[in-house]
Amino acid sequence: MTLFTEFGRYLLMIKGMFSKPENGKMYWKEFMHQCGEIGIGSLGIVVLISFFIGAVSTLQTAYQLVSPLIPKSTIAQIVRDTIILEFAPTLVCIVLAGVIGSKISSELGNMRVSEQIDALEIMGINTKAYLVAPKIAAALLTIPMLIVISGALGIWGGRLAGTLSGILSPQEFDTGLLSAFVPYNVFFALIKAYTFAFIISSISAFYGYHVNGGALEIGRASTKSVVVSCIAILFADYVLSALLLSN
Amino acid sequence: MIEVKDLKKNFGDKAVLKGVNVVMEAGKCNLIIGASGSGKTVFMKCLVGLFQPDEGEILYNGVNYTNMDDEQRKGIRKEIGMLFQGSALFDSQTVEQNILFPLNMFTNDTMPQKMKRVNEVLDRVQLKDVNKKFPAELSGGMKKRVGIARAIVLNPKYLFCDEPNSGLDPQTSLVIDKLIKEITVEYNITTIVNTHDMNSVMEIGDHIIYMHQGLKEWEGNNKEIIFSKNELLNEFIFASEFLKDAKDMRMLEQTGKIDNDRNMDELIK
Ligand SMILES: Nc1ncnc2c1ncn2[C@@H]1O[C@H](COP(=O)(O)OP(=O)(O)OP(=O)(O)O)[C@@H](O)[C@H]1O
Ligand SMILES: [Mg+2]
Repeated sequence: MTLFTEFGRYLLMIKGMFSKPENGKMYWKEFMHQCGEIGIGSLGIVVLISFFIGAVSTLQTAYQLVSPLIPKSTIAQIVRDTIILEFAPTLVCIVLAGVIGSKISSELGNMRVSEQIDALEIMGINTKAYLVAPKIAAALLTIPMLIVISGALGIWGGRLAGTLSGILSPQEFDTGLLSAFVPYNVFFALIKAYTFAFIISSISAFYGYHVNGGALEIGRASTKSVVVSCIAILFADYVLSALLLSN
Repeated sequence: MIEVKDLKKNFGDKAVLKGVNVVMEAGKCNLIIGASGSGKTVFMKCLVGLFQPDEGEILYNGVNYTNMDDEQRKGIRKEIGMLFQGSALFDSQTVEQNILFPLNMFTNDTMPQKMKRVNEVLDRVQLKDVNKKFPAELSGGMKKRVGIARAIVLNPKYLFCDEPNSGLDPQTSLVIDKLIKEITVEYNITTIVNTHDMNSVMEIGDHIIYMHQGLKEWEGNNKEIIFSKNELLNEFIFASEFLKDAKDMRMLEQTGKIDNDRNMDELIK
């Protein structure tokens, strides 16, 4: 299949999601279920990596800033900005592409292969609307929340690492944290989070929904969805930075 | 009633259905028999719209289903119940939730009403104490029966069963056949059953369609099928010596003589 037909089918899937729900209550239930699966399900890994990313960036920033002319609080400033601008949204979403993406695509792939999707269709249910849309909606709601948590934890991790290793005191860190803060950066991070959330959920749903074959294809689809989402995330990251950060 | 006109379906350059014409009436069990790979499942999936046929028309009570878009099809699909060859139960849900699903989606009944209906259909397929089990914890035959229960829970007008009794023991098989027959007559359903189980053919075959290499090779009922002279059909149904003997006995009973080219001396011994 060429790239263009694949992209066309992707757009058709997105278009197919928009139809009147057969039963609003069931769609809501599915949405809440997906929020649990996607949001709460990946909270643990997000907490863990955010903390360490923050800690590592403090250590590495300190290592690179050797000049005695630069105040130590600058470290905190740099850590804050890299975490908000790049690490929390992009790096965490790359990890989430693996965690959530493979989960969504293998779930849908299994449903396709075992004819559960066909069974739903026969009942008169729009499966794109019932199976795909709640996943994308849940990702759009929960992933930005995870990114916010990730940013906060990352900065906290950085602060802790700075203190524990004796690089800078918590007071110095806090001074840096509050100086020259640009609220726009948080807005930018959230724009990225929404974009990546859509990319992860829709691409992995696309590959899962269109699995053709058996168990082997489910595995392939899940690998492919992770790879393609990661590439799309990095590409979108570049485009968004070029568009929104140029001044 | 479902009318199929000149239905054709290819996969790549492989022609699976090559122009099938058939009328399937309500209140009757329409059986589709044929060797493995003869296109029974593909035929059924074309009928319900899971495969888009390349040519031909499908009419549900006179309404052309083939040209409808998905939104328009929903109306007819709500009247369809289907049992898939692999059962297609939702494996993240319990048996009870599986059967509740169509009720939750399409009715406004209260929970006790819905549960009553669930237990009713589970009863009909003779399943007990499985409400809270997951599909993975059931045997193949039990899954089939849950599949049937889910298919009939909304009282469909059209019932499609893809091999309802493959993987069942002869006794349970008979129960399922009888159930399918009963509800077909009781609710005047248009029932279509794919099978290669000769017991079902004899038991419930009001209208039998024999498919061979993508074409309807023979059509008739369970009384006619025994005495059919169609060679391909005979080869298919009387594959074993045992069944050949049974056919001869039936012939002897009904006509007083045996008419075949097997060695009679051997048979009498
Ligand atoms: N999705 C598909 N893509 C390509 N070819 C297919 C597809 N589905 C079925 N076929 C082909 O169509 C032919 C008929 O298959 P079908 O599943 O209808 O057989 P069947 O009569 O149901 O057999 P069985 O009794 O074993 O279930 C087979 O040769 C199969 O290879
Ligand atoms: Mg089949």
